[in-house]
Amino acid sequence: MPNEKKIKSVSYAKWGYIFILPFFLTYAIFSVIPLVDTIRNSFYEYYYSGLKAIGPNWVGFANYAEMLAADLPKYAWNTFVMWILGFIPQIVVALVLASWFTDARLKIHGKQFFKVVIYLPNLIMASAFAMLFFAMFSNSGPVNNILLSMGVIGEAIRFMESTFGARTLVALMNFLMWFGNTTIMLMAAIMGINPSIFEAAELDGCTHIQKFFKITLPQIKPLLTYTLITSLIGGLQMFDVPQILTGGQGAPDRTTMTLIMYLNNHLQAKNYGMAGALSVFLFIISGALCWIVFKMNTDPDPDGSKFAAKRARNAAKKGGNA
Amino acid sequence: MVMKRKVLCLALAALMVLGLLSGCGGSGAGGGQGSADKGDAPGASGEANDGGKVLNIYVWNQEFQEKFNANYPEVEKLSNDKSITYLKDGTEVHWIVNPNQDGVYQQKLDEALSKQASAPADEKIDMFLVEADYALKYIDPDVNVALPISQLGITAADVPNQYKYTLEAVTTADGEIRGLSYQATPGMLVYRRSIAQAVLGTDDPETVAAAVADWDKFYETAEKMKAGGYYMYSGRADTYRVYSNNVSAPWVDGNTVVVDQNMMNWVERSMKDTQEGINNNVPGQWIDEWNKDMGPDSKVFCFFLPAWGLDVCIKPNVEGTNAAQDWAVCPSPQGFYWGGTWLIAANGTDNVSQVKDIMLKMTSDRDILRSLAVNNGEMSNDQPLMEELAQSPDFGIDLLGGQNYIGVLSDAAASISLANVSPYDQGCTEEFQNTFGDYFNGKIDLEKAKANFETAIGERYPELKSGGVRWPE
Repeated sequence: MPNEKKIKSVSYAKWGYIFILPFFLTYAIFSVIPLVDTIRNSFYEYYYSGLKAIGPNWVGFANYAEMLAADLPKYAWNTFVMWILGFIPQIVVALVLASWFTDARLKIHGKQFFKVVIYLPNLIMASAFAMLFFAMFSNSGPVNNILLSMGVIGEAIRFMESTFGARTLVALMNFLMWFGNTTIMLMAAIMGINPSIFEAAELDGCTHIQKFFKITLPQIKPLLTYTLITSLIGGLQMFDVPQILTGGQGAPDRTTMTLIMYLNNHLQAKNYGMAGALSVFLFIISGALCWIVFKMNTDPDPDGSKFAAKRARNAAKKGGNA
Repeated sequence: MVMKRKVLCLALAALMVLGLLSGCGGSGAGGGQGSADKGDAPGASGEANDGGKVLNIYVWNQEFQEKFNANYPEVEKLSNDKSITYLKDGTEVHWIVNPNQDGVYQQKLDEALSKQASAPADEKIDMFLVEADYALKYIDPDVNVALPISQLGITAADVPNQYKYTLEAVTTADGEIRGLSYQATPGMLVYRRSIAQAVLGTDDPETVAAAVADWDKFYETAEKMKAGGYYMYSGRADTYRVYSNNVSAPWVDGNTVVVDQNMMNWVERSMKDTQEGINNNVPGQWIDEWNKDMGPDSKVFCFFLPAWGLDVCIKPNVEGTNAAQDWAVCPSPQGFYWGGTWLIAANGTDNVSQVKDIMLKMTSDRDILRSLAVNNGEMSNDQPLMEELAQSPDFGIDLLGGQNYIGVLSDAAASISLANVSPYDQGCTEEFQNTFGDYFNGKIDLEKAKANFETAIGERYPELKSGGVRWPE
């Protein structure tokens, strides 16, 4: 009898745990341990002077204080400006293209061809793309040469030497690299909308614009959220494009210096303490941003039942008072 | 049955986990093997071995590699991609190239040197090259990554003809010499004959030398160039070395960065020249615009270059054009040097005798040094040979229309002193030029540029942050 009971309680669930163990081990070794180590490093003074190690010496929150007192907010602002400059045109163009490509009434030929073409910039390595732009927009590069020979400008425009020029170039590259990707994703979302909704709307005399704003947009909101979050996190990590374009200087006047470029400066100096503190800041910022965007876009009361219950409760209270 | 399967599953899972862990543990375990950590046993001669089949050389461009392949007598053949040179005794010379800019070369070298003790014999660095800007960092006896040449069996008596300053620059406090150089790098003014003809009426080096004899005369000539529609020089980075070599103290004193008055003179003068159109406002060196300024269609009169600049900078830009022989040289308004490459034997090398032979042959074999001077326009590190060539009427190179440039340089070479270099020179130089670049472009004011320099130095060298930056009064 006891034996029988034991057999009944054999749980196969543990095999599930054993089979996912490799993932968690890998995750622990390659993500959790480095993360904890980074946080630990951020409390130490630890860097290399030439080939000699200095530290690690415990300094508490000194690295954080120094980081905040220095230019951290400025680099965060630079990163944000360059991200938003690229993201707005990216999402607008992607929405327009996606709704054109999926519109059953517009019979666009060679859809597949255009889908490939708009996706192509994303296949180029970001650093190679930045090199290309660096060469094209350099003071004696082809863009200046063409404009000069057409007589549009009198003397070469020094794109990379003005804040506006350099930031715009970075944003332009981010836009070009990512609008194709976003378009494809939004198309998938729009094609997932039940066509009968569109048909019904058309029967009721709905215009194209109304269809876009009243049906398409609300229906693809979850995917828009996803795009916003991924783009925001990608934007926080913006590095290779401005790094290559400005030769790691964040020129002019450090106005294109992004957070990760700043981190890279510390890593190049093998300054693990400061780099750790900056990484922890980034961790907190990205966590907070994700939480805000997530809250903004999740409906806490998807079927209206909570609202109904609340109204019922209020009504009951009023009824009791009366 | 159930039991068996259980055991099998557990065994498989354990295998998987082991596989994962062993992948990570490998590098850590290796650390215990090999010889003692280089930092702990300074000067221990037993660390260097002989007879390795692979010779690894760290370099930042192909310059030395090409000179080695063309001149070293033991070279048999090259691999197709030229990354490996095969020697006659079967040794493979592997070239590991990382660019100098932004400290990339030093970073990669530091990384490899830190693993030197635990690296397998064929992956150990056997030799690396350093530049004057950061030589001091690597020859420091405390970090002990560079073998003194005495441990290779080379004494100063083996290299009697080398310029004294090339030996003094790499002599450390313990009296050991830790590197050898194949070149001397005094600077000169390289000018375009056609523009000299057009503006000064003659391209004769004596007359041009008189027209740029000092800074006052230089700027008188510059006004004439401007009036004739030419630029005197390319950009502020060109004159940088002329100012930075004539400072009164090294960049760093203790942990304070000291900006010399002469550096501020450079800032002031560069700003003026940029605004007035004396220079072509090229933002740096080694960039497209700088190369174009050396090309056949340029309106730029002169460049400040050492001898290696003729072969490395100017020649590739004018080869096969009508400007291929349109050049001549004369002394610079103020003496300077630029660069200088030293060969250093890495502590822990397993090819001592080959490294010794390469270092000796490439830096003191008269035939090789003569070939470098004749074929590469190099100012070779052999004082008697250079003095002989300076007098020789037959010696001259095509790029300069047959002019013998050694005569211009040999006086300057004897007066070079590297007394004012510091281990931080590359960083200070790069950051100073970069941060003041925005000032020259009119984007920020002087105070902001100074503040940016302080920030950049603090980031690049954390140990200098507490000392701050001292600006001249």
